[in-house]
Amino acid sequence: MTAKTHKRSFGRKLWLQRGLILMSVPLLLHRILFSYVPLAGWTIAFQDFRPRFGLSPIQQILQNEFVGLDNFKRLLDGASIIGERFLLSVRNTIGQSLLTLVLGYVCAITLSLLLNEITKSIPKKIIQNILYLPHFLSWVIVAGLASTALAMPGSGGIINEILMSVGILKEPIHFLANPNSFWNVVAGTHLWKTLGWNTIIYLAAMTTIDPTLYEAAAIDGANRYQKMWHVTLPCIRPTIIILLIMSTGWLLTSGFEIQWFLGNGLNVTHSENIDIFVLRYGIEMNNFGLATAAGIFRTGVSIFLLTMVNFIAGRLGQEKLF
Amino acid sequence: MDNIKNPRRKPRRVEPIVFHTLNYTFLILLCAVMLYPMLNTLALSFNDGMDAVRGGIHLWPRIFTLQNYNIVLNMHTIYNAFFMSIYRTLVTVVTCIMCTSMLAYALSRPEYVLRKFITVVFVLTMYFDPGLIPRYLLIQNLGMLNTFTVYWVPVLVSAFDLIVIRTYMRSVSESLVESARIDGAGDFRIYWRVVMPLCKPVLATIALFVAVGAWNAWFDTFLYNSGAQSLSVLQYELQKLLSSAMMAGQAGQQATQAAQAASGASVTTPQALRAAITIVAAVPILLVYPFLQRYFVHGIQLGGVKE
Repeated sequence: MTAKTHKRSFGRKLWLQRGLILMSVPLLLHRILFSYVPLAGWTIAFQDFRPRFGLSPIQQILQNEFVGLDNFKRLLDGASIIGERFLLSVRNTIGQSLLTLVLGYVCAITLSLLLNEITKSIPKKIIQNILYLPHFLSWVIVAGLASTALAMPGSGGIINEILMSVGILKEPIHFLANPNSFWNVVAGTHLWKTLGWNTIIYLAAMTTIDPTLYEAAAIDGANRYQKMWHVTLPCIRPTIIILLIMSTGWLLTSGFEIQWFLGNGLNVTHSENIDIFVLRYGIEMNNFGLATAAGIFRTGVSIFLLTMVNFIAGRLGQEKLF
Repeated sequence: MDNIKNPRRKPRRVEPIVFHTLNYTFLILLCAVMLYPMLNTLALSFNDGMDAVRGGIHLWPRIFTLQNYNIVLNMHTIYNAFFMSIYRTLVTVVTCIMCTSMLAYALSRPEYVLRKFITVVFVLTMYFDPGLIPRYLLIQNLGMLNTFTVYWVPVLVSAFDLIVIRTYMRSVSESLVESARIDGAGDFRIYWRVVMPLCKPVLATIALFVAVGAWNAWFDTFLYNSGAQSLSVLQYELQKLLSSAMMAGQAGQQATQAAQAASGASVTTPQALRAAITIVAAVPILLVYPFLQRYFVHGIQLGGVKE
C-alpha cells in the first residue's frame, strides 16, 4: 500500500468517525485547558510573583522578574522563618497522613474481616449502611461534629466524658489546645469518616474467594482465626497492595478541612500542613510565587514516591499499579 | 450430630456463640460511635441555645424549642444558599453525566483513532495536580471569578468516572451497536438510544457520587466566589459559622445577633445555630441515602475493577 492511499484512508477514517470526534475533541480541549494549561502557571514559582490589580495573570507573568530557584531555596532553608515553617508543615503533613494511613488500613481490614463473619444478611445490611453513612457527610459537617465531640466535658465533649468515666483519664484533655494530640485528631476524624466506606472494597474482594479454600482449611483443622489469617488475608493481598501503592501518592496530602477548622494558634506547630501553608502564603499573604513553589514541591515528591513504590512492588513480584 | 459422634468437639461449639456475641456487640458499639455525633447535633439543634451552654445534652433536648430552626430559616443568606446548593448540584450532575458518558462512549469504540491518545491525556490528570495558585490564576484569567460557571464548567468530566463508565460500556454487546449501525444510525443516535439506556446502573452510581460531591463542596465558593453572596452555597455558610464559632469570635456573635435582629426572635448562641444548619445541610443527603444505597456498593465495586 502506498503512502498516499494510506493517507487517504486515514482521512476517510476520520471522516467516518466524525461523530466520535465531535463527541470527544471538545471535551479533550476542555481538559487540556483546565488541567494542562495551568501548568504554564508553574513559571511563577521561579518569579517573585505578587498579584497586582488591573493586569491579567499573563501580563503579570511576562512582566515579573525571574528569580531562579530562590523560592525553592527559601522554602527548604531551615534557618529562615519561612523555611522553618514550611519544613514544619511538611513534617506535619507526613505525620498526619502516615498516622491516618496506618490506622485506616489496619482498622478497615480488621473491620472487613469481622463484617465478613456475619452470615445473616439483614443485620449485616443494617450495620453496613450505618457504617457507610459518615462518608456522605461533608468535611465541614465532620469538622463541626469533631469540634463538639472533642470539647471539654462540660460543653458536650463526649470523648473526654467517656475517657474519664472509664477511668483512662483523670483530668480532661483540651484536645484542640494541645499540639501533641492534633495528629491523633486528624487520624481519628479521618477514621470516623472513611472507616465503613473503605471496607467496601475489601468485602468485595472477599466475596471472590473460592469457598473450597475454606473447606480445605476446615478439613485441615483450621479454626476461625486461622482461616482469617491463612486464607482470607492472603486472598485479598493484591487489593491491599494496590491500595497501598495508590496511597503513597497521597502521603503529602493529609486533608484540609480538619486542619483549617480545628487548627488554631495553640496547636499550629502540629496542625499546619502543606495545604494550609499554600493557602496562607498564597491567598492570604499574596505571595503567589512561594505558594506555587510549595505546590510543585508536593506534586514532584508525590509522583516520585508513587513511581518508586510502584517500581519496588514490581521488583518484589507484587501487584503493580502501572 | 457432631456432638454424638465426636465428644471432643463439644467445647468448640461454644466458640461461635462467644465469637458472634462479641462481634455483634463490637459492631453495634461502632454503629453507635458513627451515629452519636449526628444524634447529639440533632438534640442540640432542638434545644434552647442558652440552656445548651450548661452542657449535659446527649441524645434528647432538655428544653425543646424550634427557635433555632426558626432563626435559620429566616436568615436570608441561608435560605438563598440552600437553593443555590440544590441548583448547583442539579446543574453539575446533568452536565457532568452527559459529557462524561458521551466521551466514555467515544473512548469505548475500539475503532476510534484518537481513543488511546485521549485516554492517556485524561488518565495523566489523575496523577498530577497543577496546584491551587495556577488554577486560581486560570479561573481569574477566564473571567470566571464570582460567576456560577465556576461550579460546573471546570468539573465537566472527571477522569476516574470516565474510566468507570467506559469500562462498563465495553460490556455492552457489540452486535447491538453493529445492528444499529447497519440500520443507519450515526454515533450520536447509537450513544443516546442504544448504549445510554443499557448503562443506567453505572450512570446512577456516578450521578450519586457527583451529586454528593457537589452538594458537599464549599472550597470553590470560598476560593472563587466569596465575593458574590448570591452565589454562596449552604456548606460555605456553614463553614463561615463554624470558623467564627471556632475562634469564639465576634463575627459569629455579630452574625447571630444580626440574624436575631432580622427575625425578631429571642436569644440563642452560635453553637445552637450551627447545630441547626448542620442538620439542614445533612438532611437532604440523609433523605436520599436509603433510596440510593443499593447503587453505591455496586458502584465502588465497579471502580475497584482494575483497568
